[in-house]
Amino acid sequence: MSAPKQTPSQTVGPYFAYGLTARQYNYPHTSIADGSMAGEDVEGERIRVEGRVLDGDGMPIPDAMIEIWQADSQGRFAHPADPRNSNAGFTGFGRFGTGTDPKNRFIFDTIKPGSVTSGEAPNLNVIVFMRGLLTHVYTRIYFADEDAANAVDPVLSSVPEDRRGTLVAARHGNTYRLDIRMQGDDETVFFDV
Amino acid sequence: MGDAHNTVTPRDWTAHPPLIHPDYKSTVRRGPTKPLIPIGHSLSELTGPVYGHDALAPLDNDLTKNGAKNGEALGERIVVTGRVLDDLGRPQPNALVEIWQANAAGRYIHENDRHDAPLDPNFFGGGRTVTDAEGRYRFYTIKPGAYPWPNHANAWRPNHIHLSLFGPTFASRLVTQMYFPGDPLLALDPIFLGTPEAARDRLVSTFSLDVTEEGFALGYVFDIVLRGPRETPTEAGR
Ligand SMILES: [Fe+3]
Repeated sequence: MSAPKQTPSQTVGPYFAYGLTARQYNYPHTSIADGSMAGEDVEGERIRVEGRVLDGDGMPIPDAMIEIWQADSQGRFAHPADPRNSNAGFTGFGRFGTGTDPKNRFIFDTIKPGSVTSGEAPNLNVIVFMRGLLTHVYTRIYFADEDAANAVDPVLSSVPEDRRGTLVAARHGNTYRLDIRMQGDDETVFFDV
Repeated sequence: MGDAHNTVTPRDWTAHPPLIHPDYKSTVRRGPTKPLIPIGHSLSELTGPVYGHDALAPLDNDLTKNGAKNGEALGERIVVTGRVLDDLGRPQPNALVEIWQANAAGRYIHENDRHDAPLDPNFFGGGRTVTDAEGRYRFYTIKPGAYPWPNHANAWRPNHIHLSLFGPTFASRLVTQMYFPGDPLLALDPIFLGTPEAARDRLVSTFSLDVTEEGFALGYVFDIVLRGPRETPTEAGR
């Protein structure tokens, strides 16, 4: 038998909220994850990561869903392929829809990740879903106060210099802000992962 | 990393729809226009969220019951089952499958759904399960109705169930939709037709009398194939 072929992607559509982000949207169903990623027992610096998802007209998108996958404060993933034991209770996964915030922001309360390996800058791995996106897209969020690490990060370095800024979140107190732009001159860099 | 894999099979762009497909109007201002930038696979892409059986409540895979308030959900009961595999043919055990769908009348419980069709007080329309050791999943639900949408004049979505899967890595993430065999709306649906023609039949479930439960529910089979981890030779000198 020949190897089976990949099942095609389809859009998440406009009605994912009660299925995938029920707790955030107050539907009577449980959720596997939401924007509160770090419980009290998790070690690390508490940060908030927020931003909007903007369409080709610069309008905030109210029905996008963002997923984050990140390492713990010491750069370890809660996954069997990472043999280093990660922080107790930190799954590293968050999911948030842009439909509940009055400004249509995604908002994640988490911990700042460490570098996964010594050459990599701390970052969040991001997937973007929405009505009107037939195939999800991957991007990353880096941190503006990590200049030295960002300068040598292999992924960031592979991005044309004039587009790197689309991946770097500015710091305001304990909050990092970065808008994701689907189109336009400042279109966010999306990766073929 | 011991026996860790060092890459994942590439996304097969002969299977997945393009980011901009003008017949589906929302893609025009939402789909990225610049080429995706390829990146190699590091631990970030080769790991991913892990959710097992402890993420499940007892009725999570039975949508005919998990929204019941004072009676039975209305509509045609169905069983939806299949295997989750990777594209090297290996079954994927412990894979989380999340689903959501419209009720039998074609109405979502989502507050933004303004379709003038009745809600069912005994049907919620969301659920999840985890695959068994052979990669099998199984849901009981109600066959979802077709519903109109504003993409173009007299536009109707074919009957479908939305599915979300993680697979073993961040790179294997998949969100898709399962359709039903013989639906005349498939030939008219820009979302389904956005998929390359050769891959479209992978989105259509198969009716099965073997899966059908006598006197209770019709059976449909839908196998799902994700990108799989694989070994590739490392470059010399690394
Ligand atoms: Fe739908």
